[in-house]
Amino acid sequence: MNEFYTLSVNGADHEIADAWLGENLLYVLRERLGLIAAKGACEQGECGSCSVMVEDRLVCSCLVLAAAAVGRSIVTVEGLAEPGLPTDVQQAYVDAGAVQCGFCTPGLIMATHHLLDRSPDPTEMEIREELSGNICRCTGYGRIIEAVQQVALARRKVKS
Amino acid sequence: MTLTDTPVTTSEQFREGVIGTSPTRPDGIAKVQGTFEFSSDITAEGALWGATLRSPHPHARIISIDLSEAWKINGVEAVITAEDVPGVLTYGLISQDQPVFARDVVRYVGEPVAAVAADHPETCRRALNAIRVTYEVLTPLLDAEAAIDGSIPAIHPDGNVIRHQRILRGDPEATGPIIVEGTYEIGMQDQAFLGLEAALAVPDSGGKGVELHVATQWLHEDQGQIAACLNLPEEQVRLVLGGVGGAFGAREDISLQVHCCMLALRLGKPVRMAYSRAESFLGHVHRHPARIWMRHHATADGELVKIEARFVLDGGAYASTSSAVLINAVTHTQGPYRCPNAVVDGYAVRTNHLPCGAMRGFGVVQACFAHESQMDKLAAAAGMDPVEIRLRNAMRTGDLLITGQAVESVAPVERCIRETAALPMPTEPIGGSDGDVMRLPGGAGRTADVSHIRRGVGWGVSIKNLMYSESFDDYSTARCRMLDGVVRLKFATAEVGQGFVTIAPQIARTILGVDEVVLDRIDTGIGSAGSTSASRQTWMSGGAVDAACRQVRERLFEHVGALHGIDPLRLVIDGTDVVDTLGTLRIPVTEAAPGVEFDETVEYHHRPTEDLDENGQGNCHTAFAFVAHRAVVDVDPDLGLVKVVQVATAQDVGRALNPLSVIGQIEGGIAQGLGLAVMEEIIQIDGRIRNASFTDYLLPTMLDMPPVIATLVEEPDPQAPLGAKGVGEPPCISVTPAVVAAIRDALRQVDGIGRDLDRVPVRPADIAL
Repeated sequence: MNEFYTLSVNGADHEIADAWLGENLLYVLRERLGLIAAKGACEQGECGSCSVMVEDRLVCSCLVLAAAAVGRSIVTVEGLAEPGLPTDVQQAYVDAGAVQCGFCTPGLIMATHHLLDRSPDPTEMEIREELSGNICRCTGYGRIIEAVQQVALARRKVKS
Repeated sequence: MTLTDTPVTTSEQFREGVIGTSPTRPDGIAKVQGTFEFSSDITAEGALWGATLRSPHPHARIISIDLSEAWKINGVEAVITAEDVPGVLTYGLISQDQPVFARDVVRYVGEPVAAVAADHPETCRRALNAIRVTYEVLTPLLDAEAAIDGSIPAIHPDGNVIRHQRILRGDPEATGPIIVEGTYEIGMQDQAFLGLEAALAVPDSGGKGVELHVATQWLHEDQGQIAACLNLPEEQVRLVLGGVGGAFGAREDISLQVHCCMLALRLGKPVRMAYSRAESFLGHVHRHPARIWMRHHATADGELVKIEARFVLDGGAYASTSSAVLINAVTHTQGPYRCPNAVVDGYAVRTNHLPCGAMRGFGVVQACFAHESQMDKLAAAAGMDPVEIRLRNAMRTGDLLITGQAVESVAPVERCIRETAALPMPTEPIGGSDGDVMRLPGGAGRTADVSHIRRGVGWGVSIKNLMYSESFDDYSTARCRMLDGVVRLKFATAEVGQGFVTIAPQIARTILGVDEVVLDRIDTGIGSAGSTSASRQTWMSGGAVDAACRQVRERLFEHVGALHGIDPLRLVIDGTDVVDTLGTLRIPVTEAAPGVEFDETVEYHHRPTEDLDENGQGNCHTAFAFVAHRAVVDVDPDLGLVKVVQVATAQDVGRALNPLSVIGQIEGGIAQGLGLAVMEEIIQIDGRIRNASFTDYLLPTMLDMPPVIATLVEEPDPQAPLGAKGVGEPPCISVTPAVVAAIRDALRQVDGIGRDLDRVPVRPADIAL
């Protein structure tokens, strides 16, 4: 059955016209709205590559029906910063060597922002636990942890 | 250079962005902001979706295919089978033995039988369900030994043995007072890149050709295979590198390329294909499962006298690169150790399992698990320490391999071992000083009793050949243009995440004294770069970029010399200036030749190699790199759970062109080797994969990966352009036996005996039962 519905993504309302209601949020973001940052890599919530925020929750958008996100505020990587003006987390990932192929990166960026918003000074084990839902096959994670720690340190310096 | 948990810092002596520094990736900001286009992100107006119907049987005869119901579904625009292939019906990297679509027989679960194009992925799914294929199920060949002994009729016209190679060296009767032996098994590992197979094929408006945007490791090899299957001249099949979400060997073979182009050409419309994770497990080749017997003979003080070995690699249904993987395995039997005598026999065979081919380490991973397990047995028998036995036998430059080839590469094996041994051991006690259960084996399961946990230490050392072997004319092409101090580089080198797009500009900045380097699109609009595999692109494409830049520099010097009446031989680049070494001229490169463009294209070939003779003798390899790993692992012997606590490594890199990128390769490779050691294996039962998902095929997460401490052993190799060896494969090779040795060491502490653990991945039941 096909329907019309509206999604609020990155602060703007988007009409989803004539869409099959079985489509997940990841598909609708990518294929109907052209927001390609969220990636599909496992389609069962194991790898975190499709992570986006729905209200205050970090979700795997492959596991969320798009139609179930109606009336909620959705934020994707595209909503974090303007192109060319990366957030501190994004810049730290580049500087620390945390990006290789980059396919897992948008999901990790979302998860890292979510972590640091809640826990500005995470221990290394906390970082490992919080980001363990995001699989990276290239880096072995060492430089990712380094990037997260660099951001936490820089934010503390700004505050003090 | 030693690196602990801190990132690499840039040395003051270098100008920013030249070789030896660690500039950031040029695609980094696009990747973190999600604007970088991976192949799965590329679309076109009016593009249709393509999808593949695959065999449900490991071995069956196709009796009939009925497409009529699929055609009736609204939105379906094309349904194709083997009957529709316009050109050659098969493809393959070394021998063309794999059908584009199965015509009469299917040989593995997942073999493509038909493809559809439709308006929506869901329409494709329904169309595939509507295709009726009638099969006569045949008995599958699933036992690699049965493929060798001839007891089963050939499952393919090319036979059941893909390749057999023996190596005979020295005295086959030689022996010594110490003899140790074992039989080792390596499970089938998946590359598990994150970016699933995906492509967009756009037909030319005249219908004569096609442009394919695809994630691959070797654009020109794909181009040749696709063109043959499409019956088109190669120039009418243009390939553009779509953003590649990792590769690790799995993108060396054709997957969806021909299917996608066939659908687009038939419809005259752009077609996208994108595999699901489950389909990806079926759609690319894997690491060969192997069974390896080895017997080492040594003197009483642990010096190797002779190695005997027998390798059986299960290549699955089609050949792919099995013959080359076999040669890598058998020629690396000895590991990084001197050994004068050898009797080795190796087979790569065809079965009705999933096809196997390239994966990071390419046959050497399998050999290394066996030879390193043997070195530990030898150490125990000789009453020596694992480090001592390895130092006693460590290979040096000039030593001969069991193929008779002299190792002409810099071979700092002893230094790699000593520098690894010098790295600090973990200081935290078992479970850590904060009592966080996540530090224990079993983690959040809270199953571990700290008093039962044992900590073990294990070693692994390896040798890995770099570049292609066996008389293959391996080359890479690069074009360098310079105008007013701005350099533009063009190459077809597949950037798969490894960072060639970072080091290519570093080379240009270094050679030409420029700051601004622009990279052209990576496509088939220039000669081949060869494959992004075999740890070869820093050496090969780096060599090509280096040579092209040096030629441009010569043209610049000639121009400046003529302009100023100076012999060009007097000119050098100093920083960003052209300088007359015998005079006063100093002029910025950006101003040295106003409005003049220099344009040079170079093919770089590595030294020629030879085929092996029937006794496995010959200079078949190009160059070698070495690495040592030490693993520290906590083991819960009650439940068989492990927690890798630390991996230390010293790697022979020649020269680190970009130290931060090298560390990325080291840490990432170690994660994959750790995965093979304790978690990763494709399970096939009766020829059917049982864990084709990330829920069931376990990959190391951030909680599974320990801190890595690494030393880069920098002894520039005079045979390598820029002195730099490839660094991609060595990290993942000897870490696997190191982790397993650490588990054995921990278990020995429990009962004084321990476990053999002769199979990877090590499962809890192997430890606890």
